[in-house]
Amino acid sequence: MILGIDTSLGTAVAVIEPDGVVAATADSPNPLGHAEAIGDLLAQVLDPAVAITHVAVGMGPGPFTGLRVGIAAARAFALGRGIPVLPVPSHDAAALGLLLADTVAGADDTAPFAVVTDARRREFAYSVFEGTDDDGLPIRTTGPALAPRDELDDRLAALGAARRDVSAVPAAMVALAASRALAAGRTLATSEPLYLRSPDVTLPGAPKKVTA
Amino acid sequence: MNRHEPLVLGIETSCDETGIGIVRGRTLLSNTIASSMDEHARYGGVVPEVAARAHLEALQPAIEAALAEAGVSLGELDAVAVTSGPGLAGALMVGIGAAKGLAVSLGKPLYAVNHLVGHIAADILDSGAAQDAGPLEYPTVALLVSGGHTSLLLVRDLTSDVELLGETVDDAAGEAFDKVARVLGLPYPGGPEIDHAAASGNPAAIPFPRGLSRASDMAAHRYDFSFSGLKTAVARFVEANPEMLADDAGRADIAASFREAVVDVLVTKALNACRDHGVPRLLLGGGVIANRRLREVALERAAAAGVAVRIPPFSLCTDNGAMIAALAAELIASGAEPSTLAFGADSTLPVTEIQVAVPEAGPESARS
Ligand SMILES: [Zn+2]
Repeated sequence: MILGIDTSLGTAVAVIEPDGVVAATADSPNPLGHAEAIGDLLAQVLDPAVAITHVAVGMGPGPFTGLRVGIAAARAFALGRGIPVLPVPSHDAAALGLLLADTVAGADDTAPFAVVTDARRREFAYSVFEGTDDDGLPIRTTGPALAPRDELDDRLAALGAARRDVSAVPAAMVALAASRALAAGRTLATSEPLYLRSPDVTLPGAPKKVTA
Repeated sequence: MNRHEPLVLGIETSCDETGIGIVRGRTLLSNTIASSMDEHARYGGVVPEVAARAHLEALQPAIEAALAEAGVSLGELDAVAVTSGPGLAGALMVGIGAAKGLAVSLGKPLYAVNHLVGHIAADILDSGAAQDAGPLEYPTVALLVSGGHTSLLLVRDLTSDVELLGETVDDAAGEAFDKVARVLGLPYPGGPEIDHAAASGNPAAIPFPRGLSRASDMAAHRYDFSFSGLKTAVARFVEANPEMLADDAGRADIAASFREAVVDVLVTKALNACRDHGVPRLLLGGGVIANRRLREVALERAAAAGVAVRIPPFSLCTDNGAMIAALAAELIASGAEPSTLAFGADSTLPVTEIQVAVPEAGPESARS
């Protein structure tokens, strides 16, 4: 069984069987409060009788402070059980969820589309996908990247991608993407969080004058 | 859970040190620290986002190193402990996320505790070093001085009764050292640099102001500190006397006089608190305690006032996870129930909240 964790938007956790059957899922849509929520949500989805074999975690992009809570929890959980962590770009998980829903609905699941999430500071984060590959994973053709809010639509038009705004990343899809990558012998992301921005700091200049 | 001598792993991420400590009751088994200080040096101070990123990368290796040093496995732990506050919110949240993930993974109780009270708990640990101070006696006044805080506490009981007497109203003392170091053209961190530069200086050369020490300040701020006026006074002096800064002896005098102003206020207010409360004991903690002059003046003036001074080993004075584990171990021994899992980071957690997310009293609420 695979435990999935994502805190790139809200706080989401799920336990799935390797084939994708969801055993338990719990989430909080609150874009804040990840540190408060993560413990109880984990306790809710875990069944002491069920052995977790891997922890899949969304690596972002997402607001840094919340994103780190999920990654820290995933790494510590895995350390506690002596099991591996499988990093997944959060947009890939969101795209997988959208593609599965499209297939179920009989919609065209090969047309390019962009997963778009709030990146704060008047920017969006986006990744462009085009269908699924033989491993059942979304094919990411662009991103993840940041765009100023008023430039995003032009950029997506140039890429011919339909815009799909996402406000929640399902943890079950993080786990499923990881499971499919594992079965195919692939890794979807490195262990580095997808911050997409360097720390917001300026180097100090000379000390300011205090006398007039 | 072994309540007598619990084996506890403590996680501390309130500032720029990723601290993992392991204790068995009052015995220190590991005090592992990964610091991101070097990454902050080029910015002249701790950058919260840089610190938080460093915590996330340092945690797992630090936990593994601490377990190896202590010679214990995660499965043997009786409890996990973590700093809930005060501190940098984004940095605290990394430790909290990890602590919850670990506690839930292991099915172990979690204790969320107060960083400042943790500094006091550092003193009860037997680190194997020669200890002639004997056990911590109550009540005691505690002066905690670091780059993140400057607080004066009255401790009647480590696990149940800690009172804030005063704290800084602006910069922490360690921050003042960093800022004045920049004014004097010295690198970060400022404490050791100023200590070094001041070695040959005359501490009485320049009468820098003692913050919140006038008679008119004493009613409302008897035990509070202020260092931003002092920093400005040093900057003003340097602008008016550039030739002094250019000269090694002049710079030594400025550094020594600044350091003396900080030390004088810290020690005077701490000893006032001892006298006012009839407490002949003073505990020092926090990274600034590394300052040689501060220890010297504190010991000298406390001896004259009949106050016994306790200083934990320096490795336990700076921020560390062992003190967090030690505080949790004391809470466990005193019968405290684990925290519920719903707590978050509280950057301004008051010292009266020694443990956070304490379950409501009642038979069903206790987690095991
Ligand atoms: Zn501290």
